[in-house]
Amino acid sequence: MIRYDVLKTLLPVLGDSLVVCNIGSPSQELASLSDRPANFYMLGTMGLCSSIGLGLAMAQPKPVLAIDGDGSVLTNMATLATIANNPAGNFVLLIIDNGSYGSTGDQPTYASGKTSLAAVATACGCETVIECSAEETASLVETALVNDQMTIIVSKCESGNVAVPVITTDPVVIAHRFMEEVTR
Amino acid sequence: MSKNIDQKIVNDLVSQGIDFVTSVPCKQLAGVLEVIDQTPAIRHVPSNKEDEGMGLCAGAYLGGMRPAIIMQNTALGVVVNTLSTLIQFYHMPLPMLISYRGEVGEKVACQVEMALHTKALLAQLHIPTYHFHRPEDADELPAILAHTQMCKKPTAILTDASFWGAAQ
Repeated sequence: MIRYDVLKTLLPVLGDSLVVCNIGSPSQELASLSDRPANFYMLGTMGLCSSIGLGLAMAQPKPVLAIDGDGSVLTNMATLATIANNPAGNFVLLIIDNGSYGSTGDQPTYASGKTSLAAVATACGCETVIECSAEETASLVETALVNDQMTIIVSKCESGNVAVPVITTDPVVIAHRFMEEVTR
Repeated sequence: MSKNIDQKIVNDLVSQGIDFVTSVPCKQLAGVLEVIDQTPAIRHVPSNKEDEGMGLCAGAYLGGMRPAIIMQNTALGVVVNTLSTLIQFYHMPLPMLISYRGEVGEKVACQVEMALHTKALLAQLHIPTYHFHRPEDADELPAILAHTQMCKKPTAILTDASFWGAAQ
């Protein structure tokens, strides 16, 4: 399974959850699979998906799923320390770990080498860290979204992208409709 | 030890609805951070780097809070992309309370290097910028914070060594 397949399996388990989705292919693939106002698409700013997700989870009570990637977590690895030290029960960080920088040509990341992001998250102090296969991901996300337990899920999947259009929705529209969902 | 000016600044943050603060510390802002940690109306989440902090602020804003970031001017070298592609692109209000190191009174020569670029970078980014040099300059803080929410932009409040040296 590649990222697109994992995203497809997530759709039925999202419910009313707020989703913050990583820049590039992940957001484009999610938007083409199922656009919803409760999706916040990152159009730029590599690395900050988990930080936006944590801030959002701390600010309001709805469940938050940040769909991040291994390359982007490596860019902002200190985020795992901030997450561990500021646990929010309604926060789920899903790291889709395909071992590559998918949006830029599938160059390998260090997560495909010696570095285990699950081990890093654990070392940072995150209490519930699960590494799983692509196939197991959706059911683990479903459980984590209803638990009042902050959960980090590292989903190991294959490298690869699906050709989908770029997101042309105005960023102000993305933020506005998302904020309406938050207060709905 | 915090001073009256630290309490005044935090009072202004609270009165203008700021309820989420992230920070990377600076010696000049230590008193403000000390008061914030004694202020239940503000959730303080320290960050490891200022771009990470702006990500937290963006999320808090989307979730209905009113964030601010406390940082040093050297961090402008870290946050140019985040200011441009996140805070400005999505029209998010974000007051940046900045320790303006490297101005007159500075003891560390290296700090002057980023001071040289501070206002130029802020001007290049089209960020409304306010410079607290004398103690009375801080009287404008509530209006600056209100202005930030009104225009939904990042704004910079530069506080230099003369300000911190003279303020009680």
